[in-house]
Order: sequence, then C-alpha cells, then structure tokens
Amino acid sequence: MSVATPATNAINGNGNAAGRQAIAVENIVKRYGDFEAVKGVSFEVREGEIFGLLGPNGAGKSTLIRMMTTLIPVTAGRALVAGHDVTKDSDEVRRMIGVIPQAMTSDPDLTVEENLSIYAKLYSVGRAEREKNIQEVLEAVDLLKWRTAQTKTLSGGMRRRLEIARGLVHNPQIFFLDEPTTGLDPVSRIAVWEMLNNLKKRRNLTMLLTTHYMEEADRLCDRIAIVDHGKLVALGTPVELKRSVPGSNVVEVQFNREDDNWPQRLRALQGVTDVQSQSAGVYRVLTSNGSRTTTQLVEMAASLGEKLTSLSVQNTTLDDVFVHYTGRQLRDEQVKAVNFVMPPRPGVQP
Amino acid sequence: MNRMWAIVEREMRKFFRSPMLMIMSMMLPLVQLIILGNAFGGKIRNARVAIVDKDHGPQAVKVLEACDAIAANIRTFVTIPYADEDTAKEDVRQGKVDAAIIIPEQYSRRVYAGNTPSLGLVVDNTDQFTSSAIEGEMQSLVNALNQPVIQPRLVNNIALKVVELYPYIQYMKFLLSGSIALAMYISVMIGGGMLYIDDKARGVHEGYLVTPITKLELVMGLNIAGAIKAVLSGISLTVIGSLMAGLGTIFHPWAMLQMIILIVGISIAFNGMMFLMMVRVDDPLVPRAMFGVLNTLLFFPSGAIYPIAAFPAWLRGIAFVDPFTYAIHGLQSILLKDGGFTAIRNDLLFLFIFGTGTLLLATPLFKRTL
Repeated sequence: MSVATPATNAINGNGNAAGRQAIAVENIVKRYGDFEAVKGVSFEVREGEIFGLLGPNGAGKSTLIRMMTTLIPVTAGRALVAGHDVTKDSDEVRRMIGVIPQAMTSDPDLTVEENLSIYAKLYSVGRAEREKNIQEVLEAVDLLKWRTAQTKTLSGGMRRRLEIARGLVHNPQIFFLDEPTTGLDPVSRIAVWEMLNNLKKRRNLTMLLTTHYMEEADRLCDRIAIVDHGKLVALGTPVELKRSVPGSNVVEVQFNREDDNWPQRLRALQGVTDVQSQSAGVYRVLTSNGSRTTTQLVEMAASLGEKLTSLSVQNTTLDDVFVHYTGRQLRDEQVKAVNFVMPPRPGVQP
Repeated sequence: MNRMWAIVEREMRKFFRSPMLMIMSMMLPLVQLIILGNAFGGKIRNARVAIVDKDHGPQAVKVLEACDAIAANIRTFVTIPYADEDTAKEDVRQGKVDAAIIIPEQYSRRVYAGNTPSLGLVVDNTDQFTSSAIEGEMQSLVNALNQPVIQPRLVNNIALKVVELYPYIQYMKFLLSGSIALAMYISVMIGGGMLYIDDKARGVHEGYLVTPITKLELVMGLNIAGAIKAVLSGISLTVIGSLMAGLGTIFHPWAMLQMIILIVGISIAFNGMMFLMMVRVDDPLVPRAMFGVLNTLLFFPSGAIYPIAAFPAWLRGIAFVDPFTYAIHGLQSILLKDGGFTAIRNDLLFLFIFGTGTLLLATPLFKRTL
C-alpha cells in the first residue's frame, strides 16, 4: 500500500512502468479563486485496471476526473492520459477516452441507436465501423432489443447502461465514469457492476471511476484512492487499504446505558487496537481477534451486571479505512450531504 | 465537418420528433396576426352622436339632413335627438353617447346674415380613434355646407389628387411581415437560446466537450441547426399567413425565391444575435427573462406595428441597428410591393453582415471547457 504515491516515473516516461501506465497524475491542483478544490494530488493508473476515487461529496473527485477528461483546465501540476498531456494535447486525450458524466446526458427524445450513432459521429467513426460498434456495445450492455426505443421510455438502470454504451461506442482505451451508479436501485447497481467487470475482461479497458459507495469501490476496483478535502489520503488495493487499518475485525457493541468508563474498559480487552464512540452507549471496537474480543466483552459485561443491547462482528470495511485516514465516517458525510448546498459549478466560480 | 453535422443531425432529429417547438414558435405570431390584423385598420362605424337642435330653422334642418345622410351611407355615426344641451354633454361624459352636435339658437339667422355661424361638437377625446373619426366626418359636413350655392366664375380652390401605387392594403397584410419575423425570433429564442442553455444545465454539452469536436465545429453545428429551425418556421408562417391575409406571393416562384433568401438572411442574423447573447450564459432562467424584454426592445421599434418615421430620435437609433427593422422592411418589400432583389438588397446585406459579425464575435467567447 502506498499513500499519495508520486507519479514522477510515469510523467518522465522512465522505466518499464511508463509503458503500462494509462494515467499518470503529478501534483495536480485546481483552484477557484482562493478556494483550492484539489490540493496537489498524485497517482498512477495501470493499463487494464479499474481504479476508484473514493470520497464523500465535495471531496474533489469530480474535479479530478474533469481535469483528466479536459473538461476544466488544470491550475498546476500535470496529468498524462494515454501518454498525452491533458493541457497541451487535449484533443489527443479526447480521442483516447470515453466519459460517463455524473448526470444522465443521453437525449431523451432520440432513440437508443440514434444517441449512440451521433456520439460515434462526434468521434469521426466511419459508417461500417460505427454500425459494428453500436451492435457490439448494445450487446455488451444488454440493450439490443431496445435499440429503436426512445430513450425517455427506458428505466433509470437502462439509461445508465445506455450512457455506458455511449462512452464505449468509439472503442476508447480509457474509460472515465463519474459516479456511475448514483441514483440507481440496488439491483440495477449490481447489474452495472457486473457489466463493468465483464467489459473490463472482454476489452481490457482501463477504467477510472469516482464513487462514494464503499461497497462499489470494494467490489469493483482493483485499486482505490481515498480523496478527502481535495487531498489523496490513501491509495492501494481494497485488501491493502483494509490491512493498513490496525485491527482486522470490527466489533460493534451497544450497552443499555452510557458510562464514561466504557472506552477504557474496551481498550483493555485482548487484541483491541482502537475504540470509536458512535453515539450514547454505542462503540466500534477495532481488534486483531474478533472472536476473542467478543467473548471477553460478553464476560466483562456479565461480571459488571450490564446488559448488551446489540453486538455484531464484521471484517474491516472501507468505511473503517476512511475513518482511519480522515477521522470521520463516510456515512456521516453522506448524511451531511442531504443538507449540502451545491456550490457554483466549476468554471462559474470566481 | 462530420462532427459539425452530427450536432446538426441531433438538433434536427429532436426538432422533428417534438413538433411543439414549431407549434409554439408560430402560435403567438398567428394569434397576433388574427387579432391585431382584424382589430386595427378598420373604420369607425355607428358611433352614437347626440344632436341638440336649439334653432329649428331651415339651416338647422340642412344640418340634420346631412347627418342623416352620413348615418345612411358611410355610417360613421348615427344621431340621437336630444332636447337639452346639458343632458347631451353629461351623456358624452358618461359614455352613453360618443359625441354631441349642438346647433345653437339663431343659427339659421346667422347663416343668412353671414354672421360667423358655428356648430358645436362635444367629443370624448379619451378615445382618440372615435373622436378623430367623428371630427373628420363633421369637418367634411361643414365644408359641404360652406360651399356657395352659386359657383363663382373663377374657382381658385386647389385640389390634391392622391395616387396610390398599390391596392388598398388591409392591416392584416401589413402586419404579416412582423408576424413572420416574430415567428422566426421565437423559434431562435426557444429552439436555439433556451434549448441551448437547458442542454448546458442538463450536462449535454459536457458530453460534447469530452469528444474531439472543435470549438468552431460545435458553434457552427449549433447555429446551422438553429438557422434551419428558424427558416422552417419562417417559411411555414409565410405560407399560412399569406393564405390567411389573402396575399398571393406564395404562388409566384420568383417572389418566393426572394422570400426564402431573405428568410435565410433573417435566420442567420437572429441566430448570430442570440448566440452572442447566450454564449456565456449558464442559468436557464436568463433566456426566459430576456425573451420578453428583447421582444419589446427589438420588435416594436422595427416598424412592424407603427412607422419608424413617427419615433423619437433615440428610438430611431435602436431601429437603425435592430435586425428586425431590416427583416420587416425586406419582407414588406416582397409581400406588399413585389419590389424584387433591388428593394431587398440593402436589407440582405445588413442581415448577412450582422449575422456573420455576431457569430465571429461569439466564437472566441465560446468556452471549450466547463
């Protein structure tokens, strides 16, 4: 596991790694006036991997992806996509990439096929190749029988699949997906994950996606970069990231009454590496030995005459990783996002 | 180039799939043409005029007979006999009658004595159209009464003989040019401006910006599509409006060719103007707010409703730079006067230069990034 790994080798084109790197970002910065949305982020994405940018709303993920896809100018630093500088060689970058924006931008008045055809034309794909590609991507996203349907008649999940097909219709080398499953129901979300995994296997696509769903990042991504307040705070495979958190299990316990001594007592149990207070009487206990800690905890409560309202044991999750590196929970950030007031769009800000 | 046509294709497919834009762009101009075309330009008929005869002499009878002749023939007004002058004036004030003619006491005697006889006319001048019509009719009546019974040997009155170059033009025909230009303006504002900003807000442009399309291709694609929509609106309203107003231009291929070229010029000018105004706008409310303001600012000073010569200098200044002015002048030249290319040459020149100039200004302002 590495944290905020500089991509110097890739930028300079040094060594064998340069040939295998699809994206290399070095100390990239984005400022809107005095506000720094991205603060010197560096990372590399290897060819054929699914790379996730995980973070809460407003962390700077979308700003990062927009800089890499040439949608907004880079304030400082460099980003190479498919070997091309996003600032100096933006047209070449655009030819190499497929982008699925956060919003559903397929035209509702056009048919599925028309949407794909027009995008293929925007990439100057010739007629014969265009027809072949449309057939292939429609098969890949399982929308063949909806080919002539107007987009406005599709469900949310089908529209997202159409967006994915649209991003692939010109056979890009690198695929950027900005929160691809936001707004989808759990079944549609899982269907999209399976489809992306299949696409990766069949086409050897490099994918960079942003998400604030931990499960999505965990199940889909080969490597994950955790972004918070415009900074990259951790980077590695899901397993590496979880391993980097002290304790391999999380015991979540709720006592029937609050007591100031609970944290101290919990820390004294065998294998415990950290204790986090959730709310009155509720604690998350990080431990290297979940079963032993649980047994000791039940014994301790019995000896003190206390009752446990609930008790659960689970493996370390990316949420624990996020808490470890940022000091707060990703779930909390999502709850806050309900009351979040959207700042002006990038580019509109002073 | 193919990428530019992809933008045009997308816009046109949307346009034909949703006929609402075409309907909406023609709805207001057609309603305006029907309502204003029939409401304005007609003559005042059967206004109610009180007549108070305080003389009862033979000359008063001549006045009453002349009034009856007006009521029976031109029908500008009908007379209602009143016994009392004060009641007649009060009824004019209350709107029960539109005017009152007062034949004063001793009127006949004064006529015979040549002692400056006069008739009184009380009008409700809050209604300028009716009062002007009654005044005009009464002036003709008085002029007729003033004619000498025996003509002098030498007549030194000068008569003005008016030669009208064109047949009488109903107001609806006059208004048609304005309606065509207005339909094109609405098409440009809705089909170009509003949809463009809505697409921006929905993120559709974000989808374009990540493709290799160039700034020029994108600007040209959007403007060509907007111009085609405006041309289709313009031609549709020309056909429907001409049939409604009874103009035969659409049946003359040469005049129709001139119309189409002029409509293309108008659509380029309107699109260029709209694109220049919208190129940096992101808020979908802005084009909606601007729609009415621009309509008033550009349509009314153009001469579509009222002659430019009657405007104050500052308003004539707006008319001078307003593409609507040249659109209206050109359309009227073809629809009402059949003036040929010579009559619309300057209008075409202005419209094409204006359209190209605004597009040239807008292109560098167009942002290739968000």
